[in-house]
Amino acid sequence: MAPEKKKLRVATASLAGCFGCHMSLLDLDERILELLKHIEFDRSPITDIKTCGPCDLGILEGGVCNAENVHVLREFRKQCKTLVAMGACAVNGGLPAQRNHLDVRDCLQDVYLVGVGVSRGFIPNDPELPLPLDRVHPLHDVVKIDYFLPGCPPSADAIWQFLTDLLAGRTPHLGHGLIHYD
Amino acid sequence: MTFVLEKAAAPAGLRRIVIDPVSRVEGHGKVTILLDADNRVHQVRLHIVEFRGFERFIQGRPYWEVPVMVQRLCGICPVSHHLAASKALDLVVGAKKLTRTAEKCRRLMHYGQILQSHALHFYHLASPDLLFGFDAPVAKRNVVGVIAEHPELATQGVLLRKFGQEVIRITAGKRVHGTGAIPGGVNKSVTHAERDELLPQMPQILAWARGAVRIAVDLHRAHQEEYDGFGYVRSNLLSLVGKNGDLDLYDGTLRARDADGGILFDGVDSQNYRAHLKEDVRSWSYMKFPFIGSLGADLGWYKVGPLARIQNCDRIPTPLAEEARQEFLARSPGKLVHAPLAYHTARMIELLHAAEVIDGLLRDDDLHGDDLVAKGPRQIQGVGIIEAPRGTLIHHYEVDSQDLVTMCNLIVSTTHNNQAMNEAIREVARKYLDGKEPTEGLLNHVEVAIRAFDPCLSCATHALGKMPLVVELRSADGALVEEIVRE
Ligand code: SF4
Repeated sequence: MAPEKKKLRVATASLAGCFGCHMSLLDLDERILELLKHIEFDRSPITDIKTCGPCDLGILEGGVCNAENVHVLREFRKQCKTLVAMGACAVNGGLPAQRNHLDVRDCLQDVYLVGVGVSRGFIPNDPELPLPLDRVHPLHDVVKIDYFLPGCPPSADAIWQFLTDLLAGRTPHLGHGLIHYD
Repeated sequence: MTFVLEKAAAPAGLRRIVIDPVSRVEGHGKVTILLDADNRVHQVRLHIVEFRGFERFIQGRPYWEVPVMVQRLCGICPVSHHLAASKALDLVVGAKKLTRTAEKCRRLMHYGQILQSHALHFYHLASPDLLFGFDAPVAKRNVVGVIAEHPELATQGVLLRKFGQEVIRITAGKRVHGTGAIPGGVNKSVTHAERDELLPQMPQILAWARGAVRIAVDLHRAHQEEYDGFGYVRSNLLSLVGKNGDLDLYDGTLRARDADGGILFDGVDSQNYRAHLKEDVRSWSYMKFPFIGSLGADLGWYKVGPLARIQNCDRIPTPLAEEARQEFLARSPGKLVHAPLAYHTARMIELLHAAEVIDGLLRDDDLHGDDLVAKGPRQIQGVGIIEAPRGTLIHHYEVDSQDLVTMCNLIVSTTHNNQAMNEAIREVARKYLDGKEPTEGLLNHVEVAIRAFDPCLSCATHALGKMPLVVELRSADGALVEEIVRE
């Protein structure tokens, strides 16, 4: 038997996403158990590691919508040898980018000042809240991205194919049926 | 009035501790704690830090796009948004009553969602705290640790969730962000072949679901005193209640109780939610603070979700879950349970109920009908309320004569629990942190209290705000992509 290979260290995070891509990752179902023989998790919504350490692979869901997202994205790029944009939001901004044609100030007023049933309305402005960007950006607007996994979300089969290719040292290739842009 | 520990009297010079991001929950949030030189706690806040603007950019879209768009609020409970929006738009297309096939297919989808979401939360996210202790080492305190030490339990969790996801796939076309419901009904029914994929699995699913209740009850009993007092927060309760006071997670009327169980209002039609619920805004969170209007912001806040639901209804209409509920209630006769950690047991009782409902629906031939869509006189607005896994979810739309949405108001489940979660972490901070040097393990206690509510912070981030800051966004090659200055 070959000596046990060192596990691939993987970090994941959701930026301006809905967690649906992470759900698709969990949709590997029993294959998760198999995957865990080959990888270990660093920072991820399923661990309590809060900052990303040196990793082989970083997987990011969601686009960039505020200053905090920019910070996390740069942290991942710095720490991860290979960085993957997972899902429509990370690849092109996705549905949240629908706000890009709107004026931020108008939105604020709509939601917090004149919204249905709002009492004592005003706009949240505490320094603990990161600055929202005027537009939602795809990840590659900010850092270099090595691989793009399209789909909203990419299917578990697509994620599996991608990861098994990568683990085997092949250039990941999603054939017909796994690439989709919903 | 502000709430105790909501606002430090003199924040200058206090030490700021931050838990960022809150982990093993869905979505993005952080906690800040202000301590003085003696580690006395002066301020504790759960912040929702992201805006996504759904309420606003839905405006101007054709109404029939909405059920598919809004589920992108949340990938954990997309079905809840999909169905709440569809229920609101049923009224817009005049479908006051759905066909039997449409209603049952939607119910099947919804209870599949409840089952998968509750399994995900308990097994994948919360169980590490309960199995290993709140201050177990970080390296072990996650689902990978559970798989290593309790492989059988972890596998059951994975397979329970898988079954729920398969129910969703069959009713909605795919597991995450499907398209099954449309205004007025559904776009497909369930085939016999699809039913035959699911039905044979039911005995195993029901057995695991019963086991899940047992596990939650046993874990609570093993630490009875600590769990009962942990983050204890008395409040009003709110949920939908079905016919005859039955637990019904798909449809019903609104009922609220006070902290002692007295009825505050009952039988409120969903179209009238605005007469009873108001929302407050605080400067430090994008998540609003809802309250029962007649009681005011200080007294009118409430809990939603499993713990509220199983105590707000008069009974659960399936036998196994009702038996478990009776056992749960018998442990504190005549008194409502307000301990956040009791959410876990309540959640597993609902998981069992969901399995029983799915079992019943899969045996119902109405699932296979071909009368899918109902119609009636077009209306200009509609409110859809559903009990999502995390609690009451309200979608409200107005649609103009061009079929475009002109108004959208969403009150998501997690938002209802905003005040209760903030109060729970303040209680934990008082009891466990006050006067001590904050260690990682102690800080995880704060997160344990948040997790009990199973918040979905993704859902709660649909609003937006601004900050006095300058941000420069540069691309990988150094070119300026965007610069923002706010005073
Ligand atoms: S790509 Fe789709 S599933 Fe993934 S985060 Fe974005 S909206 Fe959610």
